[in-house]
Amino acid sequence: MVTMTPSLHYNWFSNIRGDILSGLVVALALIPEAIAFSIIAGVDPKVGLYASFCIAVVTAFAGGRPGMISAATGAMALLMVTLVKEHGLEYLLAATLLTGIIQIAAGFLRLGSLMRFVSRSVVTGFVNALAILIFMAQLPELIDVTWHVYAMTAAGLLIIYTFPLITTKIPSPLVCILLLTAVSIALGLDIRTVGDMGELPDALPIFLWPEVPLNLETLLIILPYSLPLAVVGLLESLMTATIVDELTDTPSDKNRECKGQGLANIVSGMFGGMAGCAMIGQSVINVKSGGRTRLSTLVAGVVLLILVVFLDDWVSLIPMAALVAVMIMVSIGTFSWESIFNLKKHPMSTNVVMLVTVSVVVATHNLAFGVFAGVLLAALFFANKIGQFLFIGKKRDDNNQLTYTVVGQVFFSSSDKFIAAFDFKEDVDRISIDLSRAHFWDITAVSALDKVVLKFRREGIDVEVIGLNEASATIVDRFAVHDKPDAIDDLMGH
Amino acid sequence: MANVVACIDGVGSMAEAICDTAAWASAKLEAPLLLLHVLDKREFPTTDEAPLSGEIGLGAREALLEQLASLDEQRAKLAREQGRIMLDAALDRARQDSAFEPSAMQRHDDLITALQELQPQTRLLVLGKGTQGDALGVHIEPAVRALHRPILLTDKPLVDPKRFLLAFDGSPTARKTLDMVATSPLLKGCECTLLMVGPSTFDTRQELDKAAQTLCDAGFTVTTELLAGEADEVILQQLNASQSDLLVMGAYGHSRIRHLLVGSTTSTLVRKASKPMLLLR
Repeated sequence: MVTMTPSLHYNWFSNIRGDILSGLVVALALIPEAIAFSIIAGVDPKVGLYASFCIAVVTAFAGGRPGMISAATGAMALLMVTLVKEHGLEYLLAATLLTGIIQIAAGFLRLGSLMRFVSRSVVTGFVNALAILIFMAQLPELIDVTWHVYAMTAAGLLIIYTFPLITTKIPSPLVCILLLTAVSIALGLDIRTVGDMGELPDALPIFLWPEVPLNLETLLIILPYSLPLAVVGLLESLMTATIVDELTDTPSDKNRECKGQGLANIVSGMFGGMAGCAMIGQSVINVKSGGRTRLSTLVAGVVLLILVVFLDDWVSLIPMAALVAVMIMVSIGTFSWESIFNLKKHPMSTNVVMLVTVSVVVATHNLAFGVFAGVLLAALFFANKIGQFLFIGKKRDDNNQLTYTVVGQVFFSSSDKFIAAFDFKEDVDRISIDLSRAHFWDITAVSALDKVVLKFRREGIDVEVIGLNEASATIVDRFAVHDKPDAIDDLMGH
Repeated sequence: MANVVACIDGVGSMAEAICDTAAWASAKLEAPLLLLHVLDKREFPTTDEAPLSGEIGLGAREALLEQLASLDEQRAKLAREQGRIMLDAALDRARQDSAFEPSAMQRHDDLITALQELQPQTRLLVLGKGTQGDALGVHIEPAVRALHRPILLTDKPLVDPKRFLLAFDGSPTARKTLDMVATSPLLKGCECTLLMVGPSTFDTRQELDKAAQTLCDAGFTVTTELLAGEADEVILQQLNASQSDLLVMGAYGHSRIRHLLVGSTTSTLVRKASKPMLLLR
């Protein structure tokens, strides 16, 4: 017998009952999502269902965040629409493989740590944008349809939110799907069902290499899709991991998660599935239902496949209205309600970052662009804010001598303010500029000082600069030379 | 100053055995005794009342975070209180056993990480030897692999042992073990049975005699045994036959891969030996 290690115990078998039950709940909720996202991407539902199975099972073993649910997702589906339309499914599978390879590379390059540049408001904006995208993706099912569909969707939402008041032992989305399917069959309603949307799986997925020519042309077709897919997949996965970390108060391995997502996409592509990533809504459902370990993710994936393969005839009868109701629930649950209230409390710059992230995503349907815009804006706001920390005092020593004392941060954003603080028109003989309590962070600051000195010289004034060496000690790319414990204090407090 | 670290998890005969053993070791080594209890959040499974409704509404994440945090809060308070009671009881016992400068420490962490952080100040680690299903039993092998410190495994009080069995196989790990035993004050004054499992050839005989000489030079009374057979079986048999109080051996001299394929003598002995064990790395 090989003794069980603590990590094996904690990651798989420390919460067996809770994990199996939550895995079941998640599997039931994954089915409508996988179908809905396949429809968004324009492929048969089986592509999304196979993907969800492969991704869930692979990330259960290879992922870095136990208890997180990964599968086919809306954020990824939206990025592949034109690829599927113009080049077909085989190119999507190839793009999925390449996405996985890029993500594994990112894992080895430890790009997961870049997440520290993504501020809280960008994360909130991302989550809200994702919720809005999921909701908007449901609209085609609600336009140009008979009143039956509206009634069914409304009834579905009513069931989902009121059934838990009766019992919380049965998943209410399942009840919604079962009841609406029964009603639609009983009344013989002529509304769209899952069966109308394309082929469902009737067998286990089989290994098959995408049928695309292996040449540069193919690469140039799929690369523009694989890159954003990889970026968005990692962003959503790492953000979801952070959310699960926070909910369960346990750490996760972000770089292992990158590699796990990559491997999952490679396997998905090889078994005829589309690219996917971690899902915020499903992961919250999993934690809420008591899932904590890798076992819950594995159960979700395996049960999903078993259900779909054996019940494919029944799944095809589910009315789309029921799926729309479930997806609206997911989008409502993903949206950060708190962020609306916080708009009043938080500073304006934070709100702008959040709202810009949301707007860019909604406009481009690409979460990567939104995050990029958000991060950029947040960095600019930060630079602006730090630039305010600059004070320049002026003291007349005697009639013909002046001392300027500079305290604070001088860098690109505050250098104009720095120059403007000097009065070049005054009639003095000598000027000293005391920099011993200032920090020069970049070359812009140094050239601003040069400019000031030059201007004074041209007015015929003698200039003396005090403490420049200390002030410019901060112009270092790395603090490697200052790695003694009190280095930062020395640097900041000289 | 290097401590004797003893892991306490619970009250009762096991905790007392660990206390007594660690107290003896700390007094003998004149190393301060640190009683450690680790509060590992992952030990708790989720409640049976987790809702399986699978629905998420507005503010689902915020509400869930609040709910989980308050649940953890209650549990943590209780666990911390229990841990303090355990440690207080253990500290009392250690004082009665006249341990060397006993103190207690509680950490929120997992056991292996906590032990790794303490490693630089650790001289000897005392762990409870659980039977199967015991929570600490799961930790023995990873703890032994993760730490490069002597580990004393026990499920009964080991105080002033009279005789110990030293398993020797001529490997570099075993020779290091031998040197550590010879130089440490822990087992000074005990009688030693030096056991080698292998064919009785001139080479092995010579190796065993050399090893015995090292111990004799260090002042031990040594009996040597050279027996053929399966290492774990022979060691277990001799452990009883020689009426030793303690089994001393080098631990996990082989790689993890070999362990996976052929199993490990150390693991087998940890499971089967009825006597305390001192594992040296």
